[in-house]
Amino acid sequence: MSSLILRAGTRILAPTMLLFSVFLLWRGHNLPGGGFIGGLVATSAIALQGIAFGPASVRRTLVFPPATIAGAGVLIAALSALPAALAGLPFFTGLWLKLNLGDGAVLPLSTPLVFDIGVYLTVIGGVCALIAALEEEPALEDQDTGG
Amino acid sequence: MMAGWLAAFVLVVPILSAGATTLAQGAPRLQGWLSLLGSYVLLVVSVALLLVVLRDGMVVLQSGNWAAPFGITFAVDSLGAVMTVIAAITGAACLTFGLGEIGEAERRAWFHPLSHVLLLGVCGAFLTGDLFNLYVWFEVMLIASFGLMTVGGTKAQIDGAVKYVALNLVATLMFLLAVALIYGLTGTLNFADIARSVPTVSNVGLLTAAATLLMAAFGMKAAVFPLFFWLPAAYHTPLVSVSAVFAGLLTKVGVYALIRAFTLLFTHDPGWTHTLLLWIAGLTMVTGVLGAAAQTEMRRILSWHIISQIGYMVMGLALATPLGLIGSVFYLVHHIIVKANLFLIAGVAARLTGSMELKRIGGLYRSAPWLGVLFFIPAFSLAGFPPLSGFWAKLVLVRAALEIGSWWIAAAALVTGLLTIYSMTKIWAEAFWKPHPAGEAAARPLGEAPTVMLLPISALAAGTVVIGLFAQPFYVVAERAALELLDPASYIAAVLGGAK
Repeated sequence: MSSLILRAGTRILAPTMLLFSVFLLWRGHNLPGGGFIGGLVATSAIALQGIAFGPASVRRTLVFPPATIAGAGVLIAALSALPAALAGLPFFTGLWLKLNLGDGAVLPLSTPLVFDIGVYLTVIGGVCALIAALEEEPALEDQDTGG
Repeated sequence: MMAGWLAAFVLVVPILSAGATTLAQGAPRLQGWLSLLGSYVLLVVSVALLLVVLRDGMVVLQSGNWAAPFGITFAVDSLGAVMTVIAAITGAACLTFGLGEIGEAERRAWFHPLSHVLLLGVCGAFLTGDLFNLYVWFEVMLIASFGLMTVGGTKAQIDGAVKYVALNLVATLMFLLAVALIYGLTGTLNFADIARSVPTVSNVGLLTAAATLLMAAFGMKAAVFPLFFWLPAAYHTPLVSVSAVFAGLLTKVGVYALIRAFTLLFTHDPGWTHTLLLWIAGLTMVTGVLGAAAQTEMRRILSWHIISQIGYMVMGLALATPLGLIGSVFYLVHHIIVKANLFLIAGVAARLTGSMELKRIGGLYRSAPWLGVLFFIPAFSLAGFPPLSGFWAKLVLVRAALEIGSWWIAAAALVTGLLTIYSMTKIWAEAFWKPHPAGEAAARPLGEAPTVMLLPISALAAGTVVIGLFAQPFYVVAERAALELLDPASYIAAVLGGAK
């Protein structure tokens, strides 16, 4: 599909949606949001780009094949469960690292955030792989599995 | 604490294997090795977990350090640990066999990552101490199995997979409904907490309805009468390594769930639930074995035998005596090894002769006599010949039935055993004894099958012989698992002890 309006709109919408997805990922700690929904919003942005500019541009944007992104996400999520062992706590216990930024501002970094980033990547990779499988001809799929 | 981490690693290892094999999709050799390594590490970890459980008693893991019943609890008793080891053995055997079977096309269809996700779901189901979590692990397992079923992409496979998916979704729906009802009645989904709350539920009728719904859901996954139709429609279509894992493990997860539900959770009305289970057991045995008698394709015959064997396992549960449960646990272990092996052997036989269809093959005894020996061991163990593993399993179950005077179920078990011999003899006579219809040269010698296929078959056959000849230690473990199952109070104490 080639539509000037869609392409012009996508140039504004897709980056905004990506930013929003990161916001959702970040805020998902204690408020509605999180890796899963953030990943879905990010995937919508990528899908929009795919519709406007074609699958090839999506591959350039993603850099890595979707399945590789999903696999890395699964590994990151699984590894986030393990630091608890070093602290002598049970599997998947959340650990927080509170960075003091001065002026009373504290940046809490935690293993649940790492887990959420893993989920975020898994959702992006998984759903993009699904969309790619539906959108593209089998010939292009070969590149997908070549990563 | 350390033991809890050991249980966690039973889940972490297959997740890491799935992730790593996904990343290695572009490097075939590396992916194969990673996959194999993952399956053997899982075997080592699960054996270590079993040893710890046998030494120190139940292992309870409150993940995320959230106390039960609020967090996600994993509770590993002897049965759970034994099942995990058997799952890991089957996984390792079938992935080793797969090295010889998986071509580039199958590899590209994500055979390796999906296999590890399947093992993850199976192990999770055996370890979890929470009803909703059990549902999640069932889903993990099913989604992977949907993918594995269509690896290869032939028309027959897609046909089988569609039936498999549709009927399993019905079971999933029933499972969810039962979960919702149970949550409404007891206000909890933690196994131990449900077990504690069940005696205080005033609406016993609705509770029994929920229990029956759960029985139907697990029964469909376990392929018991009359909910088994999806199994023979699907199991003869996938790759041999896939169908061997399915045949060995998947239905047994349903049996495991039945055992868990009707020893720990719902023992409030055994007059209804356990009588129903006993009827189901008898009918499952007989219909399964009769169905097998009508088939002429190797994997179809074996699939129908899965159904009849499930009947034996449910029978021990339905009797609800210590001896009955010992029989069920022993049968589970024996059956998974024997059945996975028979599917693998059928795969090699088809490779050497060109088909799974008995009418079109033959001559294997002349061309590959050792395959005959390898087939003889699991086949006659399945039929219950002494001194193989199946003999002890059947002996314990029949004795358990006679002990409490259930004559008809004992008779059904014996008749089913007899008819099993008929089917095994049929495979023997057709595939091994009679000459190959296309001439003597059409049956190839055993040397033409890859060694990686013969190794797991020999190892599993050796396991069958060992269980048969040295049954005592296996019996002791089964007895311990059975006694734990009959003592829900200590399960509840182990899980909720800290929370009270």
